[in-house]
Amino acid sequence: MDSLRQIFFQECEEQLAELESGLLEIQSGSSDDPEIVNAVFRAVHSIKGGAGAFALEDLVRFAHVFETVLDEVRKGRLTTSDNVIETLLRSADVLSDLVRVARDGGTVDEARIRTCSEELAALSGVPAAGETEEADEGFDDIGFTPVTVALPVFDDLEMSAEPDGGTEYTIIFKPYPSLYSNANEPVVLLRELSRLGEVTATCDTSAVPNLEEIDPEGSYLSWTIQLRTEQAEDEIRSIFEFVDGDCELTINDGSGLEESAAPVDDEIEALLARVRGEVEEAPAAETATGDNADAGSGSFGSPDSLMVQPETCDAEKAVQQPEPIAPAPQPAASNAVSSGDTEKRGSGQAEASKAAAPAKNDNKSAVTEAAQTIRVDLDRVDRLMNLVGELVINQAMLSQRLSEAGLSRSSEFATGLDEFEQLTRDIQEGVMAIRAQPVKSVFQRMPRLVREVAAATNKKVRLVTEGESTEVDKTVIERLADPLTHMIRNAIDHGLEKPEVRVANGKREEGLVRLSATHRSGRIVIDIADDGAGINRPRVRTIAEEKGLIQPNAQLTDEEVDNLIFLPGFSTASTISDISGRGVGMDVVKRSIQALGGRVSISSRPGEGSTFTLSLPLTLAVLYGMVVTVAEQTLVVPLTSIIETLKPKPGDVHGFGGDARVISLRNNFIPLVDVGRELGFRSEAADPGDGVALLVESDGGGHSALLVDAIQGQRQVVIKSLEANYGRVPGIAAATILGDGRVALILDVDAVVAGARVGNLGQEAVLAMAG
Amino acid sequence: MSEMSAAHVLDKHAGIARELIAFAVGKQEFCIDVMSVREIRGWTPATVLPHSQSFVRGVINLRGAVLPIMDLAVRLGFPPTEAMGRHVIIVVQVGSQLVGLLVDAVSDILTVTDADMLPPPDVASDMAKRFVCGLLAIDGRMISILSVDNILPERDDGEAQ
Repeated sequence: MDSLRQIFFQECEEQLAELESGLLEIQSGSSDDPEIVNAVFRAVHSIKGGAGAFALEDLVRFAHVFETVLDEVRKGRLTTSDNVIETLLRSADVLSDLVRVARDGGTVDEARIRTCSEELAALSGVPAAGETEEADEGFDDIGFTPVTVALPVFDDLEMSAEPDGGTEYTIIFKPYPSLYSNANEPVVLLRELSRLGEVTATCDTSAVPNLEEIDPEGSYLSWTIQLRTEQAEDEIRSIFEFVDGDCELTINDGSGLEESAAPVDDEIEALLARVRGEVEEAPAAETATGDNADAGSGSFGSPDSLMVQPETCDAEKAVQQPEPIAPAPQPAASNAVSSGDTEKRGSGQAEASKAAAPAKNDNKSAVTEAAQTIRVDLDRVDRLMNLVGELVINQAMLSQRLSEAGLSRSSEFATGLDEFEQLTRDIQEGVMAIRAQPVKSVFQRMPRLVREVAAATNKKVRLVTEGESTEVDKTVIERLADPLTHMIRNAIDHGLEKPEVRVANGKREEGLVRLSATHRSGRIVIDIADDGAGINRPRVRTIAEEKGLIQPNAQLTDEEVDNLIFLPGFSTASTISDISGRGVGMDVVKRSIQALGGRVSISSRPGEGSTFTLSLPLTLAVLYGMVVTVAEQTLVVPLTSIIETLKPKPGDVHGFGGDARVISLRNNFIPLVDVGRELGFRSEAADPGDGVALLVESDGGGHSALLVDAIQGQRQVVIKSLEANYGRVPGIAAATILGDGRVALILDVDAVVAGARVGNLGQEAVLAMAG
Repeated sequence: MSEMSAAHVLDKHAGIARELIAFAVGKQEFCIDVMSVREIRGWTPATVLPHSQSFVRGVINLRGAVLPIMDLAVRLGFPPTEAMGRHVIIVVQVGSQLVGLLVDAVSDILTVTDADMLPPPDVASDMAKRFVCGLLAIDGRMISILSVDNILPERDDGEAQ
């Protein structure tokens, strides 16, 4: 049950996302595709249905009211004016809250739900209370028997029946197995039908095979329903809306149908008879042919059975099958397989499959061509990821051994190894692609945030998102949500001006926040841009001075002033607002981005707005690093933190106080960190003249120079945990395994720089800022 | 503490034969329960870990996992091992972690019953108190039974920090 619940909530997440994006699409007015409204309606309806199964009453009740309004929209009785959409979006937020509470516990804002319900009720013109009958209806009277039924079973029938007037419809309803597997239930549909008028239902059990041949998940029953009602055909169809695609439905208003239906039945009977006859000869193939016969009667041929078909039916029979055959909803893959098989088997069958093909296409229910997905335990993917990491290391070792053995690059071994290398890289990319997810999952949380922050700050904000399909590792995505949330809050709270100020400055009243993602040179770049006032540099300076973060007379460029907001303990809001700013703002953002191997930068123009740019690695499993030598040890320095490398001249390095040294670079003095000494690899200071300095950016945007002995090269390395078998090592972020099979340590640049700092941090910040 | 754990071991396994791997460190012989040994491999140079304690030789690559190597000699109070090709790393599992123990050589596998085990002598040596949980007298040799748990580096790290 727990796992079912989990699946339900997972699906809720998906439905909620669809709901919100659908509503936003309607709001943007970019498309008047009725399918969007339908999708939105379906999303809410599915949540309601699932919630009913788990007896989540609050959720059901609210979803029902919500759904009622959406239904009005869908039927065109309610136009989607801005107000309506606003209400619907707010309702979507409430719905999402309710789902969250149902999943994680906690309390809901009752008042908010009530307000929202009332607003919705006002829209639909139905009182909010007493609207739950449909939902409250249990599913307890399901036990029906597969015989001809004249629906008195459904006792509300007589009440709603209107014997006089109306049209007599003949409805043929043939569920596919998928109807049942989607947890729909024909009896519920029949009961719904009975609300419309007088119903006589006949169950066709002729397709039910013998017990030993029965597929427990198969669908063998179909119903012919005579319905006398004053309602329009659309009303009838709407009852079947949620099984659309999972059944064959024919609705006929008049007597025409019986004539057309009868021959089909005869044909089916004949076919069934044939099939049964053949069973004796080919018992193994029975299920398949049996299912095909069902397909003929409008039931479902499972993908399996379709694949088997060419083997078990002869061409003649396949062609002979009644045309409405069909249309089993089936994955495209099996489709391909079956037609592939058929072609091999000669033209007769090829025709058969061609005959069937158009029928498939005709069926509008046929599978939406959505890409198929499976849910996989993340552990499995990670295990695969680890193994591929091994493969990469192993391959590097092989090629190193080979070159040590002195084989020429043109030897067969070398070319074979090159191919191996290529394959390894492809596999690695393939596995990483499994973990990659579009940033959409975090971007789509932002519209709600924007709505809430905008409401709380009385600002009008429009959020534009771009590049939602840009993919990045799942872990990166998960850890992006908080920093992004914070930065968007900041953009609205601090960045955008109040509407009246904006108007006075000749801007649109509505502020614009743009969130975009792109891939750029192996990294993902995310921009958060606002068209607000830009960073108030004099103010930032004043605050930094007040808080002792900089010296009062420090010479700082605009960029350096902007970067002051990343310093710990900095907050520009003069009053602490609920929305953002408790002084734990941007430095936390910066630190969490850096923990992901990323960087944050700002560009801001007074009066025009600010853009924060995040640049992040696509994966946390590998890293591009500079392999360096320090005191005979091999270390890897993440490339992302290196700005440039330089060969210090003896005159560039100056002592600074007792032990510290600085290096002069383009008229700046930058602290020089002796990595070997810092890590305790040697006790004597290294001679800068013999080594190489790596200019790095560390915490707070400060620059430092790391002194290493030599650079070996740049390489992609697989990150290995040191903590699994050992523990944290100061100054070391992780380990990796190099081509020679030895472990190399990955330097934690921030920790090393921080470790080298002496004295108070404020003073250090000034020094760093000066760089 | 060592006495207690030794007594515990003796009680628990009284009369049941168990196998121990015996090895040499310095000029003395030690052994550990074979059940905690995952594999035995030759010495490969280790990558030095910064700011590590003297008995931590560094880390090596064990089929893709990063394996810390403890110099058992230093841990037990002997001068550091000058590791060469003939030295041996015994990979043991402690809890969920794998640790490599650098020893001079593995000598043999002993099958003993708890009746053969003697409690450790009450001497002042720190080594005896911390790591030795029992003694074996076999053919005139004295073999100390090591308690692998206390060799764990992190526990020591925790104390040191």
